[in-house]
Amino acid sequence: MQLARVIGEVVSTIKDANLSGVKLLVLQPVDAAGANAGRTLVALDSVGAGVGEHVFFVRGREAAFPFYPSEPPTDASIVGIVDHWDVEAGS
Amino acid sequence: MIVAKIVGTVVATRKDERLVSNKLLVARPIDPFGKPEGNYLVAVDTVDAGFGETVLIVSGSSARMASGMKDCPVDAAIVGIIDTIHVAGFKTELSGQADERASEPTRAERGSRGPAGERGGESERRSPPE
Repeated sequence: MQLARVIGEVVSTIKDANLSGVKLLVLQPVDAAGANAGRTLVALDSVGAGVGEHVFFVRGREAAFPFYPSEPPTDASIVGIVDHWDVEAGS
Repeated sequence: MIVAKIVGTVVATRKDERLVSNKLLVARPIDPFGKPEGNYLVAVDTVDAGFGETVLIVSGSSARMASGMKDCPVDAAIVGIIDTIHVAGFKTELSGQADERASEPTRAERGSRGPAGERGGESERRSPPE
């Protein structure tokens, strides 16, 4: 799982039937210091996250699991909203 | 999932039989502001996307979860056509056909503005106070 900041939302009318009713959010992965790290991506939201929040997301086949028994075609899903995180300086 | 723009089609006569009657498109990944990034990829189309449209591509084994792709040898599938992306108050209109329609007048404007480039610059400078 990776840390990211939600920076936007995607609107799509024509999409896979299993994606209907699910929120699509634009994520910017961040490092331990909160700085941008890597390319932006689009992820499904399973926890009700919103723009500006820090979240953690899961990549790969497992990204569909939060929506069981539905199987949306996704390779990234937000599975938690981060309240705060602590990292020892220099680690 | 990544955002990408459809830039071409692929025609393949000899291919895995599970790919028969699937449309293959060439896509160029873009960032949320429309700037191209990364390498081109070939994706199976499951939503009737077309040239110039901005789409949502799911990659890896998850691509097989797209409708009709069960047990197919694919690692990239187009699962949605994007209308708009909102990023921090910035709205990107991405409907493919609208995009083309919007870009044509721009080209025409540029052509007419060519000889009177200075005037164009002045009007641009004037516009912010309005």
